Amino acid sequence: MSPKTLYDKIWDAHLAHEAEDGTSLLYIDRHLVHEVTSPQAFEGLRMAGRTVRAPEKTIAVPDHNVPTTPDRVNGIENPESRIQVEALDKNAKDFGVNYYPVNDIRQGIVHIVGPEQGWTLPGMTVVCGDSHTATHGAFGALAHGIGTSEVEHVLATQTLIQTKSKNMKVEITGQLRPGVTAKDITLSVIGRTGTAGGTGYVIEYCGEAIRSLSMEGRMTVCNMAIEGGARAGLIAPDETTFEYVKGRPHTPKGAQWEAALTWWKTLYSDDDAHWDKVITIKGEDIAPVVTWGTSPEDVLPIDAIVPNPEDFKGGKVESAKRALEYMGLTAGTPLSEIEIDTVFIGSCTNGRIEDLRAAAAILKGKKIKEGLRAMVVPGSGLVRAQAEEEGLADIFKDAGFEWRLAGCSMCLAMNPDQLSPGERCAATSNRNFEGRQGRGGRTHLMSPARAAAAAVTGKLTDVRQMM
Amino acid sequence: MEKFEKLTGIAAPMPMINIDTDMIIPKQFLKTIKRSGLGVNLFDEMRYDDDGKEIPDFVLNKPQYRETEILVAGDNFGCGSSREHAPWAIKDFGIRCVIAPSFADIFYNNCFKNGILPIALPQEQVDVLMKDAEKGSNARITVDLEAQTVTSSDGESFAFDVDSFKKHCLLEGLDDIGLTMEKSDAIAEFETRASAERPWV
Repeated sequence: MSPKTLYDKIWDAHLAHEAEDGTSLLYIDRHLVHEVTSPQAFEGLRMAGRTVRAPEKTIAVPDHNVPTTPDRVNGIENPESRIQVEALDKNAKDFGVNYYPVNDIRQGIVHIVGPEQGWTLPGMTVVCGDSHTATHGAFGALAHGIGTSEVEHVLATQTLIQTKSKNMKVEITGQLRPGVTAKDITLSVIGRTGTAGGTGYVIEYCGEAIRSLSMEGRMTVCNMAIEGGARAGLIAPDETTFEYVKGRPHTPKGAQWEAALTWWKTLYSDDDAHWDKVITIKGEDIAPVVTWGTSPEDVLPIDAIVPNPEDFKGGKVESAKRALEYMGLTAGTPLSEIEIDTVFIGSCTNGRIEDLRAAAAILKGKKIKEGLRAMVVPGSGLVRAQAEEEGLADIFKDAGFEWRLAGCSMCLAMNPDQLSPGERCAATSNRNFEGRQGRGGRTHLMSPARAAAAAVTGKLTDVRQMM
Repeated sequence: MEKFEKLTGIAAPMPMINIDTDMIIPKQFLKTIKRSGLGVNLFDEMRYDDDGKEIPDFVLNKPQYRETEILVAGDNFGCGSSREHAPWAIKDFGIRCVIAPSFADIFYNNCFKNGILPIALPQEQVDVLMKDAEKGSNARITVDLEAQTVTSSDGESFAFDVDSFKKHCLLEGLDDIGLTMEKSDAIAEFETRASAERPWV
């Protein structure tokens, strides 16, 4: 047999049909569903008199629209948001899919709930009408976002029409320096490849620095594969993975666990597998970074200065000019002198327990800068409960942070959590696009510890000075 | 789905790179449970000021581009969020074809499900079409899916690539769920085989 990459192996194991022209039907093991990209798909099924082919493999949870303030137990005030969430309540019930409603403690961001409940397992195919589905690649699952028409296609047929992507290897060798995190890895890779660098590829992240990451860190890395343009990001499963998935509600037990483990251990790229593109970065060369512009590729080390647009090439010159104007920044300003108004810790990128621990470690015994608005939004009700048990919630509250309920919150601002025009935010989320966190809002992306440090100083801050 | 065969129409130039789906249709319009009616909010934050008034400088607000059917754009068009509301808004506005040096993967696939043809061409060819589009409503670009060509108003013609299955579905206006359901025996066979090999799934 010819050598294969991990992606090749998962692809081959899920090929339900292949036409002569190479058009393939890929079988989907897990279909995650949220309220924003699914109503039209369920409506399409109803109009055509179709059912959900595998409701037991379909998992729904509302996350994008839900308010994160405690009063949400009384219902959602915004009528449009309420209608969307109610539509998901009804669709989940009518079509019999697994469901975590808004007031269930297991509710949260779909990409945090899936792994937490053991739905996401190595070697699976996982899709969701959400680009950050790439997160689940951390388990060695082929996971990617799809549009609403494809959501309907998967609901009806449990398959997806696909053409195979190319293979890209991103190797991070050696070890990270102190204060450098998974978020810095993933942002630095995008800074190097650009937001279109991964287009047409599935990325496998490997190397010692990746192996040393926890599952939470690996999820952060894979989460942003889409920001680099890749269809999916993958990390081969290992003991860290198996340890994480073991004993979760939907993880196999007993003899099935042993059988699963045997197969999972075959899920790696063969030594002589073919790669269409290879990128190697030394772990020790990765700096703690932040974004300065309006694209996730606008990445620089925290001790750098705001760049001059004229230093770029091609279309990026105009784009950088526009970004600086939008961000209200002047070329040459040290990034560490940029003052912020707001701090947002949360999202499917950095809303897991380890992220909250990292931020709390910086905040312990400190206060946020006066006048600053700061919020922590745990990724799920269970993450929230665990953080309360560990005393993290008290650290955040004592420091002056708002302690919220689980949801997507200010990452995309479809709910009441939004920036005002000109408001500048240190955010642990994934997109710094114009208007992403609210019309006119200015976003700087960074790791949870760096966002916590910014909350204390009121400026973009090199967290290493506070450790 | 509406068929796409051949189109001759006004092309609007949008040379920006990395036009993301948040720009194409901002989040506040994602609360709809319908697919229609989003055209009025296409590029909303670039197209209207804080009071909801049109910004005259924005290309689609200019008199010569109000009937735009083709968009010529910069690299990496449609990046970011998977929201299919982006192609819904584009189509609802009346645009049936987007030409750019490259497209983000999910957006590219979403277009074909909605009767929109995304065409990737080398930068230098996009530059020629961009100049043509800048001439306004007198310069009409022709897109022929069957022949796989784009022709400028000056008659300069460029060939483009498109996946044969996607082309077939677009030319015929086919519903791909119906096509896949014809293969339900193959899917059922796969399910039997897979549940024997990986019963824990």
